Amino acid sequence: MTDSRLEKLAKHLEKILEDQEIDISRAFGEITVLVHSRDLLGVIEILKTHEDLGFDTLIDLCGVDYSEYSTETYAGYKRGGRRFAVVYHLLSVKHNYRLRVRVFVEDNEFPAIDSVMSIWPSANWFEREAFDLFGIIFNNHPDLRRILTDYGFIGNPFRKDFPLSGHVEMKYDPDQKRVIYQPVTIDPREITPYIIREEQYGREKV
Amino acid sequence: MAEIRNYTMNFGPQHPAAHGVLRLVMELDGEVIRRADPHIGLLHRATEKLAENKTYLQSVPYMDRLDYVSMMVNEHAYVMAIEKLLQIEVPIRAQYIRVMFDEITRILNHLLWLGAHALDVGAMTVFLYAFREREDLMDCYEAVSGARLHAAYYRPGGVYRDLPDSMPQYQSSAIHDEKDTRARNENRQGSLLDFIEDFTHRFPSYIDDYETLLTDNRIWKQRLVDIGVVSPDRAKALGFSGPMLRGSGVEWDLRKKQPYEVYDQVDFDIPVGVNGDCYDRYLVRIEEMRQSNRIIKQCIDWLRENTGPVITDNLKVAPPSRLAMKQNMEEMIHHFKLFTEGMHVPRGEAYAAVEHPKGEFGIYIISDGANKPYRLKIRAPGFAHLAALDEMTRGHMIADLVAIIGTQDIVFGEIDR
Repeated sequence: MTDSRLEKLAKHLEKILEDQEIDISRAFGEITVLVHSRDLLGVIEILKTHEDLGFDTLIDLCGVDYSEYSTETYAGYKRGGRRFAVVYHLLSVKHNYRLRVRVFVEDNEFPAIDSVMSIWPSANWFEREAFDLFGIIFNNHPDLRRILTDYGFIGNPFRKDFPLSGHVEMKYDPDQKRVIYQPVTIDPREITPYIIREEQYGREKV
Repeated sequence: MAEIRNYTMNFGPQHPAAHGVLRLVMELDGEVIRRADPHIGLLHRATEKLAENKTYLQSVPYMDRLDYVSMMVNEHAYVMAIEKLLQIEVPIRAQYIRVMFDEITRILNHLLWLGAHALDVGAMTVFLYAFREREDLMDCYEAVSGARLHAAYYRPGGVYRDLPDSMPQYQSSAIHDEKDTRARNENRQGSLLDFIEDFTHRFPSYIDDYETLLTDNRIWKQRLVDIGVVSPDRAKALGFSGPMLRGSGVEWDLRKKQPYEVYDQVDFDIPVGVNGDCYDRYLVRIEEMRQSNRIIKQCIDWLRENTGPVITDNLKVAPPSRLAMKQNMEEMIHHFKLFTEGMHVPRGEAYAAVEHPKGEFGIYIISDGANKPYRLKIRAPGFAHLAALDEMTRGHMIADLVAIIGTQDIVFGEIDR
């Protein structure tokens, strides 16, 4: 989005949502609104129906597991020890705006958040996906089933503590003459380590 | 009188009209669909999780394998998200090459869609014609990247290399004698641009051929008109994008509305449907192919007249030239670090979307400042479209279901990810 449009959207947001407890931040030409999970449905209703905003399309909804995120700034701003977040990407076809809404989910052990299916029907499968991969429960979702993983799958594969190679593997057992599950026989290995350089890496120390 | 009850029927996952591995559980009232429940995930490879365990550059080939009929456009969204986080400029020549190959990819995708859709509905001939043209376009892919499908050609900061000056030639064999081979090599004597230009001259008449076969065909119209109607407001609420949204009459195209690369420099129109049925979506895609052809022509003209670098000279992002790498210590170290540890992308988050042949394809990256993404989310257009299958098919016959799957342009590589 061009700077003037971004400016306009930011102004509208500040004015329309001034009585809500939210944080608006800007980076890379994108606006992110941080909403508390209890206010989610109220804020989103306004975002969709208000004349000057009109976010009529939910482009994307995704879960994020912040358990290994190293900072409380940037994408982890005001995380406060909460592990899961749901990120909504909204699009207003009418005004040509884009917006990102981030909601941290309160309970780390039993993460649950309100479903936005009543506002955008397209949230249906996206919420099922986040439930499947991260184990986030969406309250009032009419059909919360697993979607991408196998029938009878155990665990939430996109959580950071779920190993890349999984827990079980499938093979054909010639004795039983059927396909069976067994614990994985390969060790997880990391080819390139995950490296975060300190700020000003490689510069001379003053 | 016999008791009337609904039947539950399983469709797929190994069905030729299922476009891959779609499993549908349908509730039928006679031949009328009351409910269709798609079971997806049979092609789930956890691309997003894999990408979290690979350096940024190592994930580029995974992007090809998402929507495996429009490979380069997937890469495009991915490299654009990285470039946004790194705040680097892409050389103008690379931008033109990207736009040209995006449009070549769009034609590739629409040709496969057209052929498969017509085949589903019962027209065999178009499939064969469409694959004849796809062959030429895949030769372009091969000339530029060495691979016919999974190109890995777009890189953060530009494209891997400049367009080649010569096209690979056919060799004569037991099947093709020398005279035959000379004829096949006739349009391969010049550079890649000459070859593509020759294609753009031929292509409009090919589209006319497809239209002769289909557009006014009585059977084709009986099968598509008024099937799977979606109103504009409903299309937006269901998260539709691309031709699915335009077919419903919403004038929305990211190439026009939120232009990226050099789409604001080229001249083209966006076709929009009226009724929002399968037939309108067919017409929209046919016209998109003509417009893509127009864009490719403009890119060829520009690329002929202008030269320049095709990838950024920032050595933290793009590798140095082979010559410099062999001769200078500094470049040697950069090369080594880039291909072992990989590039570091600053902390932050970015969402980049492109107008994919199927709709809006987006990549959302959360970076922790490391050499791998902390979280990568792929927004696949087909995922939202398939989610609406239930609503679109309710009250239609089973045979219409096949037409609706065809019109949605389903490819499981991107839906299951």
